[in-house]
Amino acid sequence: MEPINKHTSIVTPLDRVNVDTDQIIPKQFLKRIERTGFGQFLFYGWRFNEDGSKNESFVLNNPLYEGSSILLANDNFGCGSSREHAPWALLDYGFKVVIAPSFADIFYNNCVKNGILPIRLEEREIEQLFRASKGHKYQISVDLKEQFIQRQDEKKVAFDIDPYWKEMLLNGWDEIALTFQYEKQITEYEKQQA
Amino acid sequence: MPKTIIEKVWNDHIVYEEPGKPDLLYIDLHLLHEVTSPQAFEGLRLNNRKVRRPDLSFATMDHNVPTKNRTNITDPVSKKQIKTLAQNCQEFGVPLAHMEHPDQGIVHVIGPELGLTQPGKTIVCGDSHTSTHGAFGALAFGIGTSEVEHVLSTQTLWQSKPKTMEVKIVGDLGFGVAAKDVILAIISKFGVDIGTGHVVEYTGEAIKKLSMEERMTICNMSIEAGARAGLISPDQKTVEYLKGRAHVPDGEAFDELADKWLSYATDEGAQYDQTLEIHTSEIEPFVTWGTNPSMGSGISSHIPYAGDFSNQSEQEELLQALTYMDLKEGTPLSSIEIQHVFIGSCTNSRLSDLREAAQLIKGKSVHPNVTAIVVPGSFSVKLQAEKEGLNRIFEEAGFEWRESGCSMCLAMNDDIVPPGERCASTSNRNFEGRQGAGSRTHLVSPVMAAAAAIEGHFVDVRNMLSVHA
Ligand code: SF4
Repeated sequence: MEPINKHTSIVTPLDRVNVDTDQIIPKQFLKRIERTGFGQFLFYGWRFNEDGSKNESFVLNNPLYEGSSILLANDNFGCGSSREHAPWALLDYGFKVVIAPSFADIFYNNCVKNGILPIRLEEREIEQLFRASKGHKYQISVDLKEQFIQRQDEKKVAFDIDPYWKEMLLNGWDEIALTFQYEKQITEYEKQQA
Repeated sequence: MPKTIIEKVWNDHIVYEEPGKPDLLYIDLHLLHEVTSPQAFEGLRLNNRKVRRPDLSFATMDHNVPTKNRTNITDPVSKKQIKTLAQNCQEFGVPLAHMEHPDQGIVHVIGPELGLTQPGKTIVCGDSHTSTHGAFGALAFGIGTSEVEHVLSTQTLWQSKPKTMEVKIVGDLGFGVAAKDVILAIISKFGVDIGTGHVVEYTGEAIKKLSMEERMTICNMSIEAGARAGLISPDQKTVEYLKGRAHVPDGEAFDELADKWLSYATDEGAQYDQTLEIHTSEIEPFVTWGTNPSMGSGISSHIPYAGDFSNQSEQEELLQALTYMDLKEGTPLSSIEIQHVFIGSCTNSRLSDLREAAQLIKGKSVHPNVTAIVVPGSFSVKLQAEKEGLNRIFEEAGFEWRESGCSMCLAMNDDIVPPGERCASTSNRNFEGRQGAGSRTHLVSPVMAAAAAIEGHFVDVRNMLSVHA
């Protein structure tokens, strides 16, 4: 997994609450047995019309946001199924950071484990970001190490993140390799239970 | 100090803890299926790792198996996924209930059936409805594919201690009210994210009176309230259900185990971080009308008006949902016509669900505008139902009787609801496109689905039941 620390991009505003993983990656695209190649199916039902043409009114198809790697979302983002295909699709499409007032638990974990930084911000901050980025190119910078985002108007907004997840993201660590350092404890536990 | 079952199970499984870090938890049972596991096995292979405890792992094929003709998988990609699981299980020594195996079924139906699911265990699966197993007093939660790989190679997971939440159901359930209605009412009252960051324990007299099957229906949909896990303290019913199951010991060993199981029940006076209450008088047979499981109401009421909500984003959410569902504000639920009925899924495809639905439709016929299917949750449910002649009741009424699997719950196989059509479904998710692109899902209990199949629109099942009684 790729480390992430400082990251700058314009923001793509996706202003819907309770966006579920069925929307992020519809289930007809879950049949691949690889981790890559899911970006083309991201938000499929919203990005494309029934005849397969682009739905021009959907925010991801707005040329304003081309090349953006920061997604601004709303409450309870990523609810529903546990499919990791959702963060894989976001990542494959090019999103490295997702900002929302709240995330579904499993989705949050799945992001971190794939090197996507999920940032929780207060409702008020989110509203301001939506206002600034809807219909405009609005750039922000994220600093994971110092735990803040810097808006285009220079204002800094701090965010919280679990120190363990932060380490993992900053270093791009493979969690399994880390856990192998506790092999002794695991074996010990198994002996006690036997 | 008195403890909740959540704390007891958690504490029993800590392999390593350190301040400022999540706990390293031991996993007692890892269930696998074909959709969320291929990339995990691939990861093992790439890193030259093996499965640490194949004996604590169990795999089945459920999400995209055909329910009509088992040997005929038309979609080459589904076929590949199914073949890949079989190869992976063989290569890594993981037990597998393949498509023709007598133990095959929806992963959350077979775990309890085989007695793999037991009180006090930590259970994970790459599927969010793993919460189902909580009905037995197990701490059971869904994980992503990276976590599947982590459990395969280490049999552990790093987890931050969840907050605890009690959802207390006060009073006795009314006539004709099913377990499904209870959980839909809870989600509708408290919202789809109330459980975020929490593990929920369902308590109250009404819960104690429920059968194990009904408890599973409730725990199943904990994730729809945002909680990764939902559980119920084990009692004598739990012990009785598990006695004699394939993976449960018998004789003295069983009695010992049963004592241990019961000791996990929440202690008198234990404290939760939060407690919510719902009174059974608020719960009647439920129908969802929107695009998330909280958008539902009692059958005797109507779709809300935007004006009923004070907050603008809620108003927008309602209107967006109604546009997708092609419904109007204020429409009485009983006037909504449906074209499909699906009885199945890990929420409601167990023997008791099929028995109740069959009893209601016996001697009646499916409305001419409706296509109705029954998909048993497992091979063994199917077999038992056939022994009891339930399949004949369904078929005589005009239902299709299928092989077990997830089927129309997520429509990854050929069982889909066509665009623009409506389905009364006993599954757990009514998201946009869940049952097929453009499909419109209404979540209901098995008896409500059966009643709708006959009438062609939603009806208050209590009226039909009273005629029968
Ligand atoms: S029945 Fe539906 S909810 Fe249950 S495991 Fe299968 S797809 Fe998931």
